Amino acid sequence: MKAMSTAKFSLTAVATGALVMAFAHWFHVDYLFFASYTILQFIVLATAWNILGGYCGYVNFGSAAFFALGAYSSVALIKFDAEIDAWFPEGAANVLHHIFPLPIPVLILFGALVSGVVGFGMGYLTLRLRGSFFAIATLAMAVVLQTLIVNWDFVGGSRGAYIIRPDNLEFAGIEINYIEYLFALMLLLAVIALATARVIERSQLGFGFATIRDDELAAEACGVPTLRLKLIATTLSGAFMGMAGAPFPYYIGYLQPASAFGLEYAVNSIAMPMIGGTTSWVGPLVGAILLGSAQQYATVTISSAVNLLIVGLMLVAFVIIAPNGLIGLVQERLRRKQS
Amino acid sequence: MTALLHVDNISKRFGGFVALDGIDLEVEPGERLGLIGPNGSGKSTLVNCICGTLQNESGSVRFDGNVMDGLAAHERTHRGVARSFQLPRPFHSMTLADNLRIPLLYTVHARVGPLRSAGDLDARCHDLLEMVGLAKKAKRMPRDLTQVEMRKLELARAMAAEPKLLIADESMAGLSHSEIDDILTLLVRLSERGITIILIEHIMSAVMSFSQRLAVLVSGKKIADGKPEDVVRDPEVVRAYLGQ
Amino acid sequence: MAAMPVQARMDISFDLLFNAIVAGLLLGGFYAAVTAGVSISFGMLDIVNIAHPGFIILGSYIAYFVNINFGVDPIVVSIIMLPIFFALGAFVYQVYYLSFERRGQESLRGLAFFFGLLFVTEVTLILVFGVDYRYVEASYIGPSLHFGIVDLPLRMLVPCLAALGLFAAIELFITRTFTGRAIMAVSQDQLALQLMAVDPIRIKRIAFGISIATAAVAGALLIIIQPVEPSVGREYIGRVFAICVLGGLGSMPGTLIAALLLGVVESLTATFYGPSWAPAVAFGFLLLTLAFRPAGLLGR
Repeated sequence: MKAMSTAKFSLTAVATGALVMAFAHWFHVDYLFFASYTILQFIVLATAWNILGGYCGYVNFGSAAFFALGAYSSVALIKFDAEIDAWFPEGAANVLHHIFPLPIPVLILFGALVSGVVGFGMGYLTLRLRGSFFAIATLAMAVVLQTLIVNWDFVGGSRGAYIIRPDNLEFAGIEINYIEYLFALMLLLAVIALATARVIERSQLGFGFATIRDDELAAEACGVPTLRLKLIATTLSGAFMGMAGAPFPYYIGYLQPASAFGLEYAVNSIAMPMIGGTTSWVGPLVGAILLGSAQQYATVTISSAVNLLIVGLMLVAFVIIAPNGLIGLVQERLRRKQS
Repeated sequence: MTALLHVDNISKRFGGFVALDGIDLEVEPGERLGLIGPNGSGKSTLVNCICGTLQNESGSVRFDGNVMDGLAAHERTHRGVARSFQLPRPFHSMTLADNLRIPLLYTVHARVGPLRSAGDLDARCHDLLEMVGLAKKAKRMPRDLTQVEMRKLELARAMAAEPKLLIADESMAGLSHSEIDDILTLLVRLSERGITIILIEHIMSAVMSFSQRLAVLVSGKKIADGKPEDVVRDPEVVRAYLGQ
Repeated sequence: MAAMPVQARMDISFDLLFNAIVAGLLLGGFYAAVTAGVSISFGMLDIVNIAHPGFIILGSYIAYFVNINFGVDPIVVSIIMLPIFFALGAFVYQVYYLSFERRGQESLRGLAFFFGLLFVTEVTLILVFGVDYRYVEASYIGPSLHFGIVDLPLRMLVPCLAALGLFAAIELFITRTFTGRAIMAVSQDQLALQLMAVDPIRIKRIAFGISIATAAVAGALLIIIQPVEPSVGREYIGRVFAICVLGGLGSMPGTLIAALLLGVVESLTATFYGPSWAPAVAFGFLLLTLAFRPAGLLGR
């Protein structure tokens, strides 16, 4: 595999996605958009997890919480829009009505901000201690954020919130099907996430991350500011997870804490990189596409619980038998052929 | 005051155990200092306090005219203190060349700014590996190395940070006579380039042949400091350390 | 509220406060039993077994199943299950050791392994028993003892006493037997053990077996205290690790104090702010501990 420039790489990725999009559009298969959206969302989550987990070696069990934070920050902004007239005097309300409802790309940025800040905070509190504390704290955080959301009536509490998805979006005089719009946004996010991971891998930052994974004491002795790099990783990783969650309320239409904090997000965002391979950006991509499409296919044929059981068993089996994932297996094959 | 390193009355305790008890130590630029003491005498704790892996509770460490107390380990590396670890700690997932690339990227780069091109970096890695005789294994992984090669990699990586002071923490433990000579020759060569070296070692013949000055730690206290041949004859040193 | 005389209002809140503290102490005793296992695995062996709550819920469901079908007391069931859970724990440790610990990969892959186990247990229980809450039947579920203003529901008192019994048994085992002392030593100096011709891996296997065996008892106690559904285990992750860290990793007395403290604070929160806030308390505890007292209450 020869090194490709980032621009070329992004173009290839977008072209692949556009091909899927054109295909689905041509044949009017809305299901294909729904299904691919989910897979793209998993690509973003798995890639985000891997920036911290695979590159730095710090396990985040709270992917679902970061994802849900993104989703709920969108819900909060959408609900805020509905309350403007009640909360503000007329003059201010008129100004706000010009700004709200916020377009989804802005919601995505906002979700990234919220989740990124939470990621930074978690990291700041726990990363100076031994490595496992961070993992435990993220697990506990998922439970607590869910408790907070369940108790927050403004965003629907435990009852959940309905978000009305428009059928179409007017853009420069062209009408775009909203599902296709959401798909395109998620596609863009996936490309950005993969390109970021790829750039990091080849940069000074990527080398620094790898030293943290290998030996933090030695890294410090070589002049690597480990705490700062770990905070960059937790913030970046959290922000991408929040981005993946931000458009979710529009996609699903009805958001409940139980679905936003769904265990499948936490499990899949770990299982996908682990099964694909954690040392390069290709691993999470391969894992997300394989596991993601298998699950899309399987939920139609078998129950979602059986589905998740299979993912869990695969995760356990892979970490025991193939510690470097599918990519590792392929690399080993190639190496053996060479020698 | 011309000393490069100035350790002033530092103490460190772990719970009730006093690991360092008011240590004073000065090292002149270009000097070759040997630091000896029985196991558990506080040598490694002293190294860790100088390098910032541990923070001393009282007293102060000055280096090159600046107070270093409170600085993180990587900041001290940036200022010119480098160390090798007693048990080699290479970056396992990287080739030898990439192991050396880390201090070049993060310390030398940070110090002089983005001066080096990718080619310069590769050349520097090669030179450093050449210096310790590992150039042929540049693309190998640390797990392929022997004990002595691992120690050499450890020293090369410390040198890659272009330090003013190198602290070699038991770089020779467990090596054969010829291997010890290898490492000694290497250290002397570094010293001749003007690098100040603190050598922490159990192997007395190596310490005696290398050091211009010798300091002795026992139970967290410095009990002797002076010319090697005087120090080893000091009755207190003989009683507390060599006699046992 | 505003019309009530000041004296009466104070009496009510005093009663409420006092009962909340007593309930919290009972709850805390139970938490001690839940945490005992993690105190051994995480505190002494340095194995981050986040699947521990999964084993506890498994214990709950076994107690439930036997209780409903054969009418056996849940605590008796759990005691019968001890050897089986011990064997399960020993087996899990063996897999963990061979796959991760020996290769030095415990930090990333070992954690993912336990996470997978937690998840697989939960989903399997959902598939077998569904997501409905399940509960057990025993003579002591329902009645309460009354001492003046204090209510002591037996549903809480019996698990608390059983938990303290379990806790005392572990403490005695660890301080008084050779194997127990070897478990303490394994966390500090493996080399010394080897010099004494004790195989550290065997000691760790035994210790991990004991840690999982405690989950059988903790699970039975849990389902006496409250109805259980498969995902309840996740709530306990925050609690268990908060107590373990606050107690000062591996210190049994510290664990007991921290457990009682968390029980009381949670009970007060539930009484004065509503039970839906209780899970947040443990997390707050954990974060505050990590931020200010990472060495624990009794800090070494």
